[in-house]
Amino acid sequence: MTAVAEPEIGRARLRKEDARLITGRTRWTENIALPGMLHMAILRSAHAHARISRVDVSAAAAAPNVVTAFSGSDVAETQGTLACAWPVTEDIVMPTYPPLAVTEVRHVGEPVAVVVARDRASALDALELIDIDYEPLPVVRDMEAALGEGSPLVHADAGTNKSYTWIFDSAQAGSGGDVAAAAQEAEVTIKQRYVQQRLIPSSLEPRSVIVDPTSGDWTIYSATQIPHILRFLLAATTGTPEHKINVVAPDVGGGFGGKLAVTPEEWIAFAAANRVGRPVKYTESRSETMVSAHHGRDVIQDITLYAKRDGTVTGLDVKLTANMGAYLGLVTPGVPILGAFMYNAIYKFPAYRFECTGVFTNTTKTDAYRGAGRPEATYAIERTMDELAAELGLDPIEVRRRNWIKHEEFPFTTVATLTYDSGNYEAATDKAMSLLGYAELRAEQEARRAADDRVQLGIGISTYTEMCGLAPSRVLGALRYGAGGWENASVRMLPTGKVEVVTGTSPHGQGHVTAWSQIVADRLGVPFEDVEVRHGDTRIAHKGLDTYGSRSLTVGGIALVQACDRVVEKARTVAAHLLECSTDDLEFADGTFRVRGTPDAAKTMGDCALAVFAAHNLPDGVEATLDADATFDPQTFSFPHGTHLCAADVDRETGEVHIRRYVCVDDVGRVINPMIVEGQVHGGVAQGIAQALFEEAVYDADGNLLTGSFVDYTIPSAVDLPTIESDRTETPATSNPLGVKGVGEAGTIASTPAVVNAIVDALRPYGVRDVPMPCTPERVWRAIRSASSQEVTS
Amino acid sequence: MARISLTVDGVTYTDDVAPRTLLAYYLRDQLGKVGTVIGCDTTNCGACTVLMTDADGVPRSVKSCAVLAVQADGRGVTTIEGLAPDGDMHPMQRAFHEQHALQCGFCTPGMIMSAVDLVADNPDPTEDEVREGLEGNLCRCTGYQNIVRAVVAAAAEMRGAGAAPSTAEAPAKPAPEPAEVAS
Repeated sequence: MTAVAEPEIGRARLRKEDARLITGRTRWTENIALPGMLHMAILRSAHAHARISRVDVSAAAAAPNVVTAFSGSDVAETQGTLACAWPVTEDIVMPTYPPLAVTEVRHVGEPVAVVVARDRASALDALELIDIDYEPLPVVRDMEAALGEGSPLVHADAGTNKSYTWIFDSAQAGSGGDVAAAAQEAEVTIKQRYVQQRLIPSSLEPRSVIVDPTSGDWTIYSATQIPHILRFLLAATTGTPEHKINVVAPDVGGGFGGKLAVTPEEWIAFAAANRVGRPVKYTESRSETMVSAHHGRDVIQDITLYAKRDGTVTGLDVKLTANMGAYLGLVTPGVPILGAFMYNAIYKFPAYRFECTGVFTNTTKTDAYRGAGRPEATYAIERTMDELAAELGLDPIEVRRRNWIKHEEFPFTTVATLTYDSGNYEAATDKAMSLLGYAELRAEQEARRAADDRVQLGIGISTYTEMCGLAPSRVLGALRYGAGGWENASVRMLPTGKVEVVTGTSPHGQGHVTAWSQIVADRLGVPFEDVEVRHGDTRIAHKGLDTYGSRSLTVGGIALVQACDRVVEKARTVAAHLLECSTDDLEFADGTFRVRGTPDAAKTMGDCALAVFAAHNLPDGVEATLDADATFDPQTFSFPHGTHLCAADVDRETGEVHIRRYVCVDDVGRVINPMIVEGQVHGGVAQGIAQALFEEAVYDADGNLLTGSFVDYTIPSAVDLPTIESDRTETPATSNPLGVKGVGEAGTIASTPAVVNAIVDALRPYGVRDVPMPCTPERVWRAIRSASSQEVTS
Repeated sequence: MARISLTVDGVTYTDDVAPRTLLAYYLRDQLGKVGTVIGCDTTNCGACTVLMTDADGVPRSVKSCAVLAVQADGRGVTTIEGLAPDGDMHPMQRAFHEQHALQCGFCTPGMIMSAVDLVADNPDPTEDEVREGLEGNLCRCTGYQNIVRAVVAAAAEMRGAGAAPSTAEAPAKPAPEPAEVAS
């Protein structure tokens, strides 16, 4: 008999993934070298909008070491269009998206021509020899200008720059009242315009792809979050038989949504490899990433909130203008729609209307970036709740309390039609306030205001929830998304008692190998060390929908639990046969089947695995395997929540912001590995702070990206970020057997409004009501100046 | 082509390189030292950081994308792959593992090499000094907090000051246990 093992779930297990990563024994796509492999370089448009009148690649093709060179016109007949999987409305304008531009370029950085050479340097050198004549066309960079009369058109044949308008109205949906009526009866109206600046996901590993067309199949190595979706779409858009394509996502160095894409570069490498019949590798430079990989956010938000004077919100009206960029990427139109269900956040708003218009401009396309739609929603509502509090002279936490769903009211169906399964906003908020010392800091703030200190203290609040765990397939279908949201897992019991797990999720830093091992160890009663987790190779993991939208644990983890349970049930039949008893007589604990009342009569999972392997003595009709797989489709989304508090010192003379304390209490339900969860929170919060304070992708009027490298696009370094004081409450999800919720995006969703609320809170006595993001010292200083000059003139 | 001779992770190499070849590409493409990675083209990210001996033979961290291979002639280079003997781990590597100082791990080789240099200069750095010292290395996953903890912990171990024994579990965090709350 073995001692009862400590449950693996809940342990801060160190990661199995680390050993190779900290010793440099890694397999990034760029590290892979195949026999006969060639290198590809891409010539990109220097114009934001131009007609291509002539391309001549002959000099490049004749250059030393160059095997082939080609341009869009050489593949025009075969290249078709890249796919957008989320046509959000029936009448959406969805232009053709050629991987290589043929007659027209529509943003700076768009691929125009290609060189394939023996080595990278030769390929890059030969790009210089490509001759292109461009006829510049008028450029439209600004979203609102693009919707105006007489604007230049990004896609002339579409006749408009509007891609779609998507509307949700609670009165029509039957989930709430009419916002127009709320407007008429409102005692208080708060109108705000917020601008979600354009961001660049910026995983540290640039995108990279190798296409190997030798040996009769196509093997594609790609630094992608979505090997399964890439395989499917490559087959669907190129006509290549799907069963002849294998996609491998080896070690992948971060994604954040930036690798949730089927890229032009993947398609071009595929075409190039087919052309030369040899493996072709393409790894982008960081400058190429910045200008050509998809961006995120870039949404104008017009928010109108209606309330009574006691702080009760009576209606919310949201109008978005969302920049699609020049083309629609994999889920571009759907990103703001993911936010549509989150503007009402944790609150019991009785009426809600949402309208989003997607707009084409001559800029790099936007698409998913960590949080995708939900950070925007959370920012807008949490900023607006602070403005309501200020208008009514209430503490911002009190205004939230008067509107939020109380813990005894779960499950709660919101005005946006979602049913939140569980939550406890009171507990998370109380804990965060106590960790921060909220009352003491308010007292200090009062004193510093009274003293008219040069450096003022602000306290920013963000009480967020989000919808993640993407997603119930039926809901996705109803939203016109092209795929489902299920996930698959399989569990193979090896004859030695070791366990091989295959997951359809595709981790790129999240630690699935470790967390999945913990789940399996508990479920099968085998040692943590005896579990190996395989992923990211479509020949091993046949079925899967990959990793994004904080879905891997809440969907893939549940598939894994179901597969484990099936293995146990198969083993139970074998154990009962071996022990000559009925399956009903067996109890299963710690990986061992024991006969009730006769605990010495026992068979372990390993015994059963070996018995099945030998197959000498199995019950009639029982298959000689314990292996099982399972596909899980969630019935609902996952709703993590929490309260983030930011205390910031703001220098009124320099505009500098210093985050003095950052406290967050997140409720992500049951936790598999608290160390990994805390790491996800740290990283998520850091990216949210980065949006609040540092990052912005900026174009000039001609459509040139001015922030085209890490010199100008300033992702924070260690000195820029505070120590994050993180803690948790634990309200288990009732929608899945593990009680888990997603955590990957929560920190990013929560933190941006906490920081900006703190800045505005610090400066409110000086007339500041908003600071546009990123709140650089210059922007803060200008906001102070502009507020004080308005006070003087009014 | 220019002929260079150098020692990388204890092995001596003599090679002909194009004068424009960056050390990062020489290490990766000619020596197969792919543990050293390249994350940008403007020397901002630090992912390619290695140690290279200076004129006095003292190892210093350099961004190998900002050094020409010919500048490494006659020098000794240590990459993440040569930081510890095979099968062993440098205290900095171990600390990164134990403090969960990496997620995707792409910045990690450069981060560890910079941190080793930082601790060589300042054997007992404060958290703020670590943050300052690693300013040239970008990480997009961790928010740096656990990296800072790891460097402080490794520095303590390297000073021989109360090195924590290696365990299979993360060290207990001072923060209180999460409260169970009713749903």
